[in-house]
Amino acid sequence: MNSDLSIRDIAKKLRSKEFSSYDLTRECYDLIEKVEPKIHAFITLVDKKDALARARKIDEHMTQSPLAGIPYVMKDAYLTRGVRTTAASKILDDFIAPYSATVHKKLEDAGAILIGKMNMDAWGHGASTENTDYGPSKNPWDLTRSAGGSGGGPAAAVAARLSVFGIGEDTGGSIRNPAAWNNITAMKVTYGRVSRYGAIAYASSLDTVGPTAKTAEDCAFVLEAIAGHDPYDATSSKQPVPNYTKELEKSIKGKRIAFPTEFYGEALDPEINAAITKAREVFVSLGATVTDVSLPMLEYGVPVYYILAPSETSSNLGRYDGVRYGYGRNLFTKENKRRIMTGTYALSSGYYDAYYKKALKVRSLFIEEYQKLLVNYDAILSPVTPIMPSKFGELLNDPMKNMMADLYTVIVNIVGLPALSLPCGFGKGGLPIGMQLVGSMFSESSLFSLGHAYQKVTDWHMQLPQVLK
Amino acid sequence: MDTYEPIIGLEIHVELKTKSGMFCGCPADHFGKKPNTGTCPVCLGLPGALPVPNKKAVEWTIMLGLALGSTIAEVSKFDRKHYFYPDLPKGYQISQYDQPLCRGGMVPTSFGDVRIHRVHLEEDTGKLQHATVDGKRVTLVDFNRSGVPLVEIVTEADIRSAEQAKEFLKKLHQIVRYLGISDADMEKGSMRLEPNISLRKIGEKGLPPYKVEVKNINSFRFAERAINYELERHARMLDEGKIPLQETRGWDEAKNATVSQRTKEEAADYRYFPEPDIPPMRFTQQMITNIQSTIPELPDAKLTRFTKDFGLNNQDASLLIESQELADYFEEAVKVATGRTNFSPKDIANWIINRKPDIDAVMPAKFIESMREAKEVVAVSDKDLFAVIDKVLAENAKAVADYKAGKQQSAMFLMGLVRRQLPKSDTKLILDTLRKSLDST
Repeated sequence: MNSDLSIRDIAKKLRSKEFSSYDLTRECYDLIEKVEPKIHAFITLVDKKDALARARKIDEHMTQSPLAGIPYVMKDAYLTRGVRTTAASKILDDFIAPYSATVHKKLEDAGAILIGKMNMDAWGHGASTENTDYGPSKNPWDLTRSAGGSGGGPAAAVAARLSVFGIGEDTGGSIRNPAAWNNITAMKVTYGRVSRYGAIAYASSLDTVGPTAKTAEDCAFVLEAIAGHDPYDATSSKQPVPNYTKELEKSIKGKRIAFPTEFYGEALDPEINAAITKAREVFVSLGATVTDVSLPMLEYGVPVYYILAPSETSSNLGRYDGVRYGYGRNLFTKENKRRIMTGTYALSSGYYDAYYKKALKVRSLFIEEYQKLLVNYDAILSPVTPIMPSKFGELLNDPMKNMMADLYTVIVNIVGLPALSLPCGFGKGGLPIGMQLVGSMFSESSLFSLGHAYQKVTDWHMQLPQVLK
Repeated sequence: MDTYEPIIGLEIHVELKTKSGMFCGCPADHFGKKPNTGTCPVCLGLPGALPVPNKKAVEWTIMLGLALGSTIAEVSKFDRKHYFYPDLPKGYQISQYDQPLCRGGMVPTSFGDVRIHRVHLEEDTGKLQHATVDGKRVTLVDFNRSGVPLVEIVTEADIRSAEQAKEFLKKLHQIVRYLGISDADMEKGSMRLEPNISLRKIGEKGLPPYKVEVKNINSFRFAERAINYELERHARMLDEGKIPLQETRGWDEAKNATVSQRTKEEAADYRYFPEPDIPPMRFTQQMITNIQSTIPELPDAKLTRFTKDFGLNNQDASLLIESQELADYFEEAVKVATGRTNFSPKDIANWIINRKPDIDAVMPAKFIESMREAKEVVAVSDKDLFAVIDKVLAENAKAVADYKAGKQQSAMFLMGLVRRQLPKSDTKLILDTLRKSLDST
């Protein structure tokens, strides 16, 4: 199974002609044929003939790019010229974009091969990929459980090796939560690190574009290709893009990791608590220091997020009014409507000061608090989700529980910091557990080296899901 | 009517003539273009598209603010203004709410000062066209105008008459044209006027409990008429003890009246919030000084200078400064004339005002030359002129007959003959006198 190899190895073998991009791509399609009916990760599968033709072309003109000839998938929130884009909503059921998102364009330029547009909670609203108009995605580790969300589709596909890597979109945990539940590695980037142009907006001030893959190293390869300033996105940063794959090997000796004790309280599943506590010891054994710290504002993250994100989404989704895209507002899901209504209310005159404006003030406080802490630490070690992969219906039917699933992730989006999510163990029934390392602005490189060092001495990330056995 | 006092404020929208759109690279010049040919994902509001602000448009708005005496914000930002309308593809307009680029300012008029409340920058919307297609009545949307930079100028309710409103608008129009930031062509909709009108009992303080906004006005004359129409309507109602409805009305050219468009019982809730796709803007004193230095001499300053330095009266100076081009032409002509002729600036001013030269075709030097030639003709007495004309007419009976038969060119032929005998003479004078003679024979 060549799709199980690392990007570094695949790139090497493609060039030594051990196998071709055509072989690798065809292998992915064969696997998709077998596995996809079980997990339902795809909304749109790129026509096999088209993908193979492109692979053949790349084989004939192999370029320098390490991603050349490598199949990948994207969350269906990205506009891909010529391939349908739905955001998992029937409102865009037959929408074929006339332009491509910058991230798609960059990957095409790098020679990567798009094979699918992936399932998600419609418009990014959710943490379980159940809130989709195309049927829920199933967890490759336990088909009775959710693949997480909102980007459950790309995560499940990477976990099941249907694709070498994926592009997710993280507004409140949508990359990291499914990464944790599918036993893969993913980077939620610093706000502004990757262009959002052509990413269907959920909450514009929180939305980030990032890689999902098997390892920190693979994520570094992908981020190197997609990061950077974009004249089409006024919020994209002009900060130069480091050579992530080179800096990966930097020693983590002496790195300082903060361990916020409030994060490891009652709200956290004991299995997750235990797994991360063990990971803490691994970091210590690698020469890092891990120190207990206090970050007492965590509990305000969810309320602030659920004012900011719905407010912005109520604005962003206004354009889908039935005039231009053919299908009407009646096709928004219950969860979509709930967030649109909440946000519309929070922005109404007379309520704006009490909700949105106040949330912005708290946001500033969060930023200060994180900045203060990260002066003295290279990373914060945090859980990704408070709960293990949920059974179907568990989150969908309980909006409060659904919100609390975002406890550890949303606050990172509110402060705009980067966070690497990576596997750190398994619980009962072999369900995967993830952890995240949160760093200061534009410290992706340092987070990659921490993750890479950890993955060199652990093998959680190498385990294959049930569905492949 | 004598018991009331008009309380009028103005909102003026001006489309900037930048090369590209407010937030995208599409051409800002949309007038007369084939519908939906100048559009892109950004101005169509397609999913995923993002706005990138046009630096020039921001600078020009600041320039206008400086010209109006506004205070320029150190920190400004864009906000989203939400409402549903088919010509607004995103469901919101990117505008400015609580941190406009410019606040305050003042434009003096002969009736008193008009204070500026604020000047802000936003994007224009698309345009609806009501048409019949295949026998069905439909509404079509043209997005060419969508995303064109639009400056909104809001005055305080300082205006007390339609005449004052008109004077203010003309002055603003002139300033905008002087700055070269817009054609401000009202027929093309690049300058749009919206008076807010109400009446207050004389002696009362504070704003009246209602106001009527009139839209769709595309000339100063119509603005004046619409305001007067409304003032009379309000006075009649107030006399009857009624308070006019708070509403938006439109100016109906055919009816010469305003007509109700929609009532505004409550203020619309636009759910403003900071545009998250555009970072806030910060302006240093240096940046503002740099913009200030690009502002040309403005009409009021020019007027003062023309009266002082050239000894012109107010009326003549006003005519000359109507456009910057004309004012420059006058100054250039004065420069050319100085030392070479003994024409005073006043002579030149009068000559320009009376002769109305085509300033694009006739260079100022050429103009002065023709002026000198014309002035020399004065030496030709009427007696001499008549003598020559009589002689020429007598010698050219055929041409005279042709003229009588309706051949206008014959007059030109005859004039040529007269002029040959009176070189350096004023052709216009000859022609006029010649025609008179011809017509009376």
